[in-house]
Amino acid sequence: MIKKFFTIITVLLFALMVLPLLRQIAPFEELAPVAAAYAEQGPDQLGAANLVTSVIVTYRGLDTLGEVTVLFIATAGVGFLLRRDEEDQLPGDGVPRETPREASELLGSGSMLLFPLLMLFGVYIFLHGHLTPGGGFQGGVVIASAMLLLMLARVSFHLNHLIISLVESLSGFFYVAIGVLGLILAAGFLDNRILPLGEFGTLLSAGAIPIIYSLVGLKVGTELTNVLGTMRLTRTQQEEDV
Amino acid sequence: MSLVSFIGFALILVGLWGMLTRKNIIRIIIGFSIIDTGIHLVMVSIGYLPGRTAPIINSAVDKAQAASQIVDPIPSALVLTAIVIGLAITALMLTYAVRMYRERTSLNIDDYKELKW
Repeated sequence: MIKKFFTIITVLLFALMVLPLLRQIAPFEELAPVAAAYAEQGPDQLGAANLVTSVIVTYRGLDTLGEVTVLFIATAGVGFLLRRDEEDQLPGDGVPRETPREASELLGSGSMLLFPLLMLFGVYIFLHGHLTPGGGFQGGVVIASAMLLLMLARVSFHLNHLIISLVESLSGFFYVAIGVLGLILAAGFLDNRILPLGEFGTLLSAGAIPIIYSLVGLKVGTELTNVLGTMRLTRTQQEEDV
Repeated sequence: MSLVSFIGFALILVGLWGMLTRKNIIRIIIGFSIIDTGIHLVMVSIGYLPGRTAPIINSAVDKAQAASQIVDPIPSALVLTAIVIGLAITALMLTYAVRMYRERTSLNIDDYKELKW
């Protein structure tokens, strides 16, 4: 009872704290100076139609590199914490396990139909990140969801960890390599003008942005697939793997 | 104060309430995710300008006058980053929950007293 009282007090105090903030949020009439500069110069400077993408990939490219790094470390942490030592005794060990049930007809056929479409859609999203809403992170998540569907539908499906880690490491490496190329060939780290800007609004425009976003998409897709694969491993499969 | 920012703050409070009152670790993590979503809504609502369109230059937006026709692209970019980080953190927390369950066969936070004072 007393604990509940303190909880209510805490939440009320927090509400009191954010209330002035809530009142002060008035709709702006004009863009903030930085945003206005991005909107005025962005399209001509970087050639990307999607201004959010030009902020994420180029103007704030270093932040995005940090974001990808955080995602990578989290993935590594998931894999590290869920690994299994041989002497580990888990609750339920030694209990005979039922053989996993095969997926139903609906799930099986549905995944066969949807998997290629989802893969294609994911690639489309990250290739068109500079033109339409979307980009590497969104496309990568769609690809990971396609892989999740495959894992749900096929009990015996095994991830090929060699390919996954190869794609992940190479895309991360080339992301940084393109950033360094920007230092040498253009104005700074992760500058997209190492390639010609092309015609505004077409697929092959905005310099290196489509390439960077494709690499990010591949990296995010493989990383999340890895997380899903690690979390999915059943006891029997882990024993087989060890 | 817009409706979206109000809903965002309400979600933050709901999530805080959930984190403080629930005993199950999974539910605490869900409370964290609700706070996360609330913060994203507040951030997006800050960048919204009434009557304007998405920050993408296409047939709906004139390239020369883009600054007066689009909403702020920076909060959108920030929220995109925040969503990805939030996802990573949630995955890591769930992994901790799995790991804790392996050690003690319990997801009740009251069974973990080591950090309690």
